[in-house]
Amino acid sequence: MPEHDGALAHQFHDYGQQRRAAELAMWVFLVTEFMFFGGLFLAYLVYRYRYPAEFALGSQTMDVVLGTINTLVLLTSSLTMALAVHAATVSNRRMLILLLWGTIFLGTVFLGIKAYEYHHKYVKHHVPFAGQEFHAEPEHRLGLATFYNLYFLMTGVHALHMIIGIGLMLVLVVAAYRGGLTGPRSIVVHNSGLYWHFVDLVWVYLFPFFYLVAARGGGHG
Amino acid sequence: MNAHQEHADSADHHPAVSVYYVVFTALLILLAATVAVAQLDLEPLNFLAAALVATAKALLIMLFFMHVRYSPPLIWLVAFSGFAWLLILFAITLADYFTR
Repeated sequence: MPEHDGALAHQFHDYGQQRRAAELAMWVFLVTEFMFFGGLFLAYLVYRYRYPAEFALGSQTMDVVLGTINTLVLLTSSLTMALAVHAATVSNRRMLILLLWGTIFLGTVFLGIKAYEYHHKYVKHHVPFAGQEFHAEPEHRLGLATFYNLYFLMTGVHALHMIIGIGLMLVLVVAAYRGGLTGPRSIVVHNSGLYWHFVDLVWVYLFPFFYLVAARGGGHG
Repeated sequence: MNAHQEHADSADHHPAVSVYYVVFTALLILLAATVAVAQLDLEPLNFLAAALVATAKALLIMLFFMHVRYSPPLIWLVAFSGFAWLLILFAITLADYFTR
């Protein structure tokens, strides 16, 4: 019987039930992730309300072009991920491997651009922690430090999720080469895809909240 | 519903590939829109516009890339319960800060 080829855990009646259980569990995990990032976004809103001028000033030091490119890169990686899940479902192993590599590549490009931006902030003395020399006008110092702290904290935790996601994709690539991710086991790709899309979803909020706070070229200096 | 249909729902049910390209195109248009709107000085509407566009993108990602649109009610319940709890967290906390 195909139901007893090792892909079906003994507590499940059939593959459909096993898939539904695995997918539900992944969503429960993702809700805890929603709450985790939600707390950070709440802190962001409270401080943005407290320091509107400094958040506008801080945002104007962000590179909108790089931020936009990174958003584009991440949205594209979500597309390749969705197509990878599809390839796994229809048991197209060659396509699955290709699309997983594509997703890994785009994720790495994102992290590379992020690292460049962090370095730029370091050079400009916009790092208000770790004993760094922090440059800001005295009257804006506290608000700007808050902005940059939240920026590094939130994009840093997001980048950590990206690194975990890329690690996950590398594990999937190895499994795909061994031919173990098609048929009933494609749920592993599906759930990894859910994680990847979630990380993309967080960035969709991070981008306007840090890069697009205030109009540029206005009288904000 | 026969046994075969029961097996075919949930994670087994995937949209046509063309749906992904349409959603991707919509996401790119929304990205262009959010960058364009940010160039205009509409304070205090800039934040509202950015948050609304981001939420539209988030919904597209959840419904199509994350297959919620094609998932059984239990997945809907769990997925949107995250939003519901966040809404409570945000509403009560901000009601405090905004009325001080």
